[in-house]
Amino acid sequence: MSRYRGVLILFVITMIFPLFVKSHYHLNIMIFIGLYTILALGLTLLLGHAGQVSLGQACFYGIGAYVSGIATVKFGMNPWLALPIAIAITSILAFFIGYSTLHLKGLYLAMATLGVGIIFNILFVELKDLTGGAIGLMDIPSLSIGGIKLDTDLKFYCFVWLIVLFIFFLTINLVNSRVGRGMRAIQGNEMAANCIGIDSFKYKIKVFVLSGAMAGLSGFLYAHFINFLSPSVFDFSFSILFLTMTIVGGRESIWGAFYGAALLTILPEVLRRYEDLNVMIWGLILVVVLIFFNRGIAGGLDILVKKLESRFGKKGEWRGGQ
Amino acid sequence: MSFETQLLQYIIAGLTLGSVYAIVALGFSMVYNASKVINFAQGEFVMLGGLVTIFLYGKIHLPLILSMMATTVIVTFIGILIERFTIAPANVGGMDREKVVVILIMITIGVSEFLKGGAMLLWGKDPLGLPTFSGEKPIVFWKASFNPQIIWVVGITLLVVILIKFFLSHTLLGKAMRGCSDNQTLARLMGIDIKWMSMVSFALSAASGSVGGILITPITLMTFDGGLMLGLKGFCAGVIGGFGNVLGSIVGGFVLGLLESLGAGLISSSYKDAIAFLILLLILRFRPTGILGAKTITRT
Repeated sequence: MSRYRGVLILFVITMIFPLFVKSHYHLNIMIFIGLYTILALGLTLLLGHAGQVSLGQACFYGIGAYVSGIATVKFGMNPWLALPIAIAITSILAFFIGYSTLHLKGLYLAMATLGVGIIFNILFVELKDLTGGAIGLMDIPSLSIGGIKLDTDLKFYCFVWLIVLFIFFLTINLVNSRVGRGMRAIQGNEMAANCIGIDSFKYKIKVFVLSGAMAGLSGFLYAHFINFLSPSVFDFSFSILFLTMTIVGGRESIWGAFYGAALLTILPEVLRRYEDLNVMIWGLILVVVLIFFNRGIAGGLDILVKKLESRFGKKGEWRGGQ
Repeated sequence: MSFETQLLQYIIAGLTLGSVYAIVALGFSMVYNASKVINFAQGEFVMLGGLVTIFLYGKIHLPLILSMMATTVIVTFIGILIERFTIAPANVGGMDREKVVVILIMITIGVSEFLKGGAMLLWGKDPLGLPTFSGEKPIVFWKASFNPQIIWVVGITLLVVILIKFFLSHTLLGKAMRGCSDNQTLARLMGIDIKWMSMVSFALSAASGSVGGILITPITLMTFDGGLMLGLKGFCAGVIGGFGNVLGSIVGGFVLGLLESLGAGLISSSYKDAIAFLILLLILRFRPTGILGAKTITRT
């Protein structure tokens, strides 16, 4: 049970939160943290467990959002029918990108995702008949489950966080499974992993497709929460933002995705008065974290907990050996 | 205007764009050769090249030629500072080299954001321009008229290429850099200081990037985020020509510039920016080493 302790703690925190905080503003921030956590989790798996960088995650996020948005607005489809289509399209795209580049040594995945990301952002702007162009796609319906319409912040908040927690649950199972151990072996030493029969190419593709699908899911949720899509939130700078979340949060631990998403969503709100400084601060945080705290917030917490434990003489396992 | 004239116009515009892409690709190549790092702050050197010249010329009122020279020195110095303060401390031995490179590349992304944000604070968000080097009177050639700045752009680009080619093949430092790109461990065993090489490569790539920025600003203006697209397309040019290959950077730059200009003119200008990245994807899929790259590539 100890490996699920983190999920349990997060469950309690997120479900107690709306009892005390009821403002739309704060619930909104929490919803975005949830959406970005899903996205960053996919990137954490990719970066921390497969050692690959994606510079186009915002594109999968955008495709998930636009596919569902277009299917519901232009074709009158039920959102729940659009969800599998959105995830299928992002997964297939990820598969093709991964299949073409992951068998090469080096950062070819990063280059390809960069290209695909920019091309799709241009498509979002230029395919005006489908996407509404730069003006945006409006009137995307809200989700409803069994007759309950998720039209208030509170309802959507609960829905998003239940999904986030469920995904954490699945991810914990994944990283502790045969596949997860295989991925860690690849990250440890790829050649050694190959020698003991782990097909690193196959594993990398699987992780990349998974990260694409997660970004697609996050985009789907975003589209039906905001009810409006504009190409500007899916551009290259957002891909960089998601990558920053992953690194700052800590790419070796799946909880890093949550820490990073939380920090980089809350920080701009705190620094709202200095909006023009934001870009500079992002850059600075990213550089400083990479140089001095390579393992990010999760790594820092890990060290802190170990120190506390050794001081109080308690031998315990922290979050299921993450 | 007849079709031929129009075509000529596109080709001239393509050569101009291509020169800048080539110069940016060259900067990418040098850093990549010395340390296998893809420096995503390369485009920011181009941006700084343009904006610092605008500052020195417009605010300090230095003569244009002096502002340009001073700018190249300043941007080169910024490149050295970046290497010393962000790349060098993280460029540690002992770890798996490939993992270090991933970290270094992400650091350059952070540096690029930082420089972009800083430039926005200093210069604001409006596009700024420079006067052309030798007047505005268009040169008419075969019924196509073009900006005389274009001759400067192409000419100086070729000069920079020749200088860098000479540096790499005829000086001790250049030869050491080539040694580094071939095999880092062997280079170190031969007594080449790898970290010093990394710094020199950043200095050179900052210098060439800033020259690119100075050349293009009189034609296209410059904004704080103008380096992003130029940098990314220069990167595409590098991949197209063969990453890390000096001649490849030039070929890739001109090929990309021409295809982009012709594509924008003859097919659709709204998809202009997509052309570079579409070619990038095709190259990655079918010939990952680029047009002039090595014949072999490491598969895992």
